[in-house]
Amino acid sequence: MERLFAGLPPPAISLPGCPLLAKPVPAGFPSPADDYAEGRVDLNQHLIAEPEATFLVRATGDSMLGFGIHDGDTLVVDRSTEPADRNIVVAMIDGEFTVKQFCRLPAGCLLRAGSPAHRDILVDAEQQFSIWGVVRWSLHRL
Amino acid sequence: MSIALVDGNNFFVSCERAFNPKLENRPVVVLSNNDGCVVSRSAEAKALGIRMGAPWFQCHELAKRHGVVALSSNYELYGDMSDRLMTVLGQYSPHQEIYSIDECFLGLDGFDHLDLLDYGRQMCRRTRQWLGLPICVGIAATKTLAKLANHCAKKNLAGVDGVCNFMSMPKEELVQLFSTIDVGKVWGVGWQLREKLRLRGIENVEQLRRANAKTLRQEFSVVLERTLTELGGIPCFGFEEHVPNKQQIIASRSFGRYVHDLQELREAVASYMARAATKLRRQGSLAGMVQVYIRTNPHSAGQAQYQKGMSVPLPAPTDDSLRLIRAALWGLERIYRPDFAYQKAGVALFDLTQPGACQHDFFSSARDNTRLMAALDRINARWGRGTLRSAAEGVGQAWRMKREKMSPRYTTRWSEIPRVTG
Repeated sequence: MERLFAGLPPPAISLPGCPLLAKPVPAGFPSPADDYAEGRVDLNQHLIAEPEATFLVRATGDSMLGFGIHDGDTLVVDRSTEPADRNIVVAMIDGEFTVKQFCRLPAGCLLRAGSPAHRDILVDAEQQFSIWGVVRWSLHRL
Repeated sequence: MSIALVDGNNFFVSCERAFNPKLENRPVVVLSNNDGCVVSRSAEAKALGIRMGAPWFQCHELAKRHGVVALSSNYELYGDMSDRLMTVLGQYSPHQEIYSIDECFLGLDGFDHLDLLDYGRQMCRRTRQWLGLPICVGIAATKTLAKLANHCAKKNLAGVDGVCNFMSMPKEELVQLFSTIDVGKVWGVGWQLREKLRLRGIENVEQLRRANAKTLRQEFSVVLERTLTELGGIPCFGFEEHVPNKQQIIASRSFGRYVHDLQELREAVASYMARAATKLRRQGSLAGMVQVYIRTNPHSAGQAQYQKGMSVPLPAPTDDSLRLIRAALWGLERIYRPDFAYQKAGVALFDLTQPGACQHDFFSSARDNTRLMAALDRINARWGRGTLRSAAEGVGQAWRMKREKMSPRYTTRWSEIPRVTG
C-alpha cells in the first residue's frame, strides 16, 4: 500500500547535473550513441535506498577499526529499517550518539566495539537507550 | 470525501531533538529571529507556563530556575526536515496540499476500504522512526473538520496515539465533543472574530455549527458561512495541490544591532535582494518593479523615528541579481537619512511576469546575465547559500541577525553533520 505512491523526487543532496542530451549536437553526422543514451551511474542512487530517511554522520574515534570504520569517516545511516542482529548501528545511549555493532541477546542486547582496546556495552533496562539508525556505508578517504 | 490534516508536534523543537538526544525530557524552546520571542516549545516548556510568542528576556528568570534550553531558529535544519516530512507523508496519498512548514492536507478519497485510524497510526510510526519527528493526524469530511480533529488528537480530547478520526465517531459523541471546544479553535476564527461570536452567545464549536448560516453571512462574512457549512460536513474549501507562483516576493529582516551608516545598509539591502532574486529565479519569473524600505525601532521610545520606502520601476523586467541590486541601492540612497538608528530593512519584488509575456524595450541595450545567474544559483545550491555573492553584500556583515544559540545545520552543511563516537 505504502509503496503505491512512492514516486520519490530526486534526493536532496544530489549534485545539479545536466540532462544527458542537453549538449551541442553535431550538425553533420548524427551520433550513433543517441539511441542508447541513459542516465550516468549515480552514487546517490547506489548508496541511498530511502533518501528521506538517510542521514550522513561523521565517525570520531577508533573503536570501530575492526569493522572498517576509521576516525573521520562519513557514515551513511538509514533510519527506515529495524536493525538486524550484527548490523552496525548508531545508537543513542545516555544522551550520546555512538556507533557500534548491534548484537541481540536472549534478554536485551550487546553493543560491540570493533577493537580490543574498547569495551563492549551491555545494555541493561536502566539505561536510556535506542537505535537511531543502521549504518549502510562507511565512506573512507584514501 | 475524507481529508487528513497532518502536522508536526512542536515542530522546531522536535527537529532539534531528532539530532540532540540531550534535549529529551527537558524544557526546550526555540526563539525567533534575533533571539527575540519564543516560537516553539516542548511539552515541558509549556507545562512551565512559557507562552507562545513570549519575549525571551521576560522568561530569563523562569528559564534559569528550571534549566530551560533556548535555541536560535535553525531554519536550514527545519527547512530540510520539512522537505523530508512532506515527501514521506506524500507517499500516503496521491493528493497532498502543503499548508505550512509543518502541516499538510492529504486527500483520502478512495481509501475507505482501509481502517483510516490505523492508516494514520502508520504515518505516525513512520515519521517517528524515519525522521524522529512526532506528528498528529486529524481525519474528517472537510478541511475545517480535519483541522479540528487534529486539534483533538493533539490535545488528547479524542482519538488514540495522536490520531483522531471524526468519520468513525458516532454523531452524539461528536456533539458532546464539539460543545466542549472553544469556538476560537475553529480554523479561520481569529481572536477578534471569537470575541464577536462570544458576544452573540456563540462560545463553543457546537453552538457555531448550529448557528444560522445566512444570518452569520450577513453579519460577518461569506467566509464564515463557508466555515459553518464545512463544520456541517460539506466541503467548501477545495484542494490546492499546485501552489500558484507568488505575485510578490519580499525579503526583510531586523538587524542584529542598530545600523547607522549607509554602507552597512547598502550591504543589508543588497543581501536581502540577492535572496529575493534567488527565489524569483526559482519560480521562473521576472520582476518589473523593486521596492526598498528602511525603518528605525518603533518600540523604542525616546529615539528619533524615521521610516521610508521607495518603489523603483525597472526599464525591462528582469531576474538578474546584479540589476535588481543596483535598482534597490539606487532607491536606498534616495531614502536614506543620516543620524537615525535603523533597526530593519526590506526589499520587495513586484509586477512579476513570466518570460515571454513581457514587452521588451527597443532602446535598451542592457542584457541580463542569464548564464552568470545560472552558475551563481548552482554554486550556491552546491556549496551553501552566499558562497558566491555580489561584492555589494559585503564581507563581514556585522549587521546580520543574531542567532547566537543556533545548533549545527546537521543536514545541509558538510562541516556540521552530526558526530558519533566510535
